[in-house]
Amino acid sequence: MTLVDVRTPDPKRFIPGATGDWEVIIGMEVHAQVLSNSKLFSGASTEFGKAPNANVSLVDAAMPGMLPVINEECVKQAVRTGLGLKAEINHRSIFDRKNYFYPDLPQGYQISQFKDPIVGEGKIVISLGPDRQGNFEDIEIGIERLHLEQDAGKSMHDQHPTMSYVDLNRSGVALMEIVSKPDMRSSDEAKAYMTKLRSIVRYLGTCDGNMDEGSMRADVNVSVRRPGEPFGTRCEIKNVNSIRFIGQAIEYEARRQIGILEDGGSIDQETRLFDPGKGETRSMRSKEDAHDYRYFPDPDLLPLEFDNAFVASLLADLPELPDDKKIRFVKDLGLSVYDASVLVSEKAIADYYEAVAAGRDGKIAANWVINDLLGALNKDGKAIEETPVSPDQLGGIIDLIKDGTISGKIAKDLFEIVWNEGGNPAEIVEARGMKQVTDTGAIEKAVDEIIAANPDQVAKVLAKPTLAGWFVGQVMKATGGKANPQAVQALVKAKLGIEE
Amino acid sequence: MSVDLATVKRVARLARIAVSEEEASRMTGELNGILGFVEQLSEVNVEGVEPMTSVTPMEMRKRQDIVNDGNKADAIVANAPATDRNFFQVPKVVE
Repeated sequence: MTLVDVRTPDPKRFIPGATGDWEVIIGMEVHAQVLSNSKLFSGASTEFGKAPNANVSLVDAAMPGMLPVINEECVKQAVRTGLGLKAEINHRSIFDRKNYFYPDLPQGYQISQFKDPIVGEGKIVISLGPDRQGNFEDIEIGIERLHLEQDAGKSMHDQHPTMSYVDLNRSGVALMEIVSKPDMRSSDEAKAYMTKLRSIVRYLGTCDGNMDEGSMRADVNVSVRRPGEPFGTRCEIKNVNSIRFIGQAIEYEARRQIGILEDGGSIDQETRLFDPGKGETRSMRSKEDAHDYRYFPDPDLLPLEFDNAFVASLLADLPELPDDKKIRFVKDLGLSVYDASVLVSEKAIADYYEAVAAGRDGKIAANWVINDLLGALNKDGKAIEETPVSPDQLGGIIDLIKDGTISGKIAKDLFEIVWNEGGNPAEIVEARGMKQVTDTGAIEKAVDEIIAANPDQVAKVLAKPTLAGWFVGQVMKATGGKANPQAVQALVKAKLGIEE
Repeated sequence: MSVDLATVKRVARLARIAVSEEEASRMTGELNGILGFVEQLSEVNVEGVEPMTSVTPMEMRKRQDIVNDGNKADAIVANAPATDRNFFQVPKVVE
């Protein structure tokens, strides 16, 4: 891979050192587990969390004479992902053997794609911001390639004093390795890239994106240089399994490299591990020859070939992706870029929002979903999938405001009741007498009572009419918030003889 | 193409094959004999010829995405020298 610098150095991303500014260069290799029922080359299940070696066929255990047969769905998932990354799809790709020894790799090699991957160059647009002026900065990050490969098994080292335990349930599960170009220039960009990539595969349904189950993990390549100079020597931080850790690992690693260079040292190209407990990276005692993988085409597998029609049929069924959805929300529903960005950030949130907005005002629906629903979910530490308020229920609340049955203020209380107790919003309003009082007679009575009871306030308001709000507040309180605020305001002013 | 003693020892180590000094020097001679024999192939001009991937022209067979294997952990670990609760046990390897 030839490294091309496509970015213009931007001082706001520079890291100040003792001897001047530095620029950090980041590229990522993300391993994303393909969503499929069975493994890449065998009929064993991919289900997470099963008993040791339960999801293992004789192929996955590399028993003699076993031959791999490729899972067509995994191929489709890789092509779908490639299409989602606006990438070149290669109609002919080759599987190679990547040879190395480790106890959780029973074959002694991983079946991967080296020279001819299934997907070539593509791109992801990340969005940074908003800044203090509320603006977003869109940055295009190049994708170098995507290839299919097998996952290895899992070793556990804490079960026995002298033995390691090996479980091959993951062995042979399909992974997509998605390699970016070295186009990122800050830890924020790297985090935005991973967030966006995860969002795209979730929209596509090609990977579940669950980083804590290991469905997505990143190898992060970091180097530093003086702005404008050629790329420096990079270090690769292996297997970082959360977006927050990606940011921390880059910050630490960039500082470490700057420290060495400013002290007159040089960077050794090496593989490092991020220790989340200490917040630092450390050298893996790199085995000599670790990178001598002796790739060669796997003689057990023919080239992977498909035609245009195969790609076209997958393209035709591709769901709407976050960027397109965001543009549609802004253009067709009149949302702000910020609101649209929040709503499309996760497919489940976008789906929820669209269900609420269907047949209703898009902006009002967006306000309720973002401020009330996401706010409450956030407060309770719940994911959108666990929401106690369904789109139908939230839509019902919005309808009750729209037809004047309840006030906006009561709607907030109603939302809380539905959140805590469930139920049909219209029935709750009926049963608990939460209807807005539009009966002017009742409001008038309340206004009269409050005016009569507060002669001092009346005098103040007559002197300074802008204080009339006090009466409106008192009436709202007296009616339990059920009075229509506009009606109250009009009545208060009329009764006190204040000009509009 | 030929290999020297150091290359033979390195390849042996990568393949986790224990080779003594004496065996390595004998193998260097043998491997160079084989490589020299194979070298004759380079006399053939293959300019513009695609590498052959199969004796008969055929497409790679593909599987449906269905689970029809697995659930035989006992059989999987049956031949392992050491096991515990259907895990393979191996001498401790720590990075």
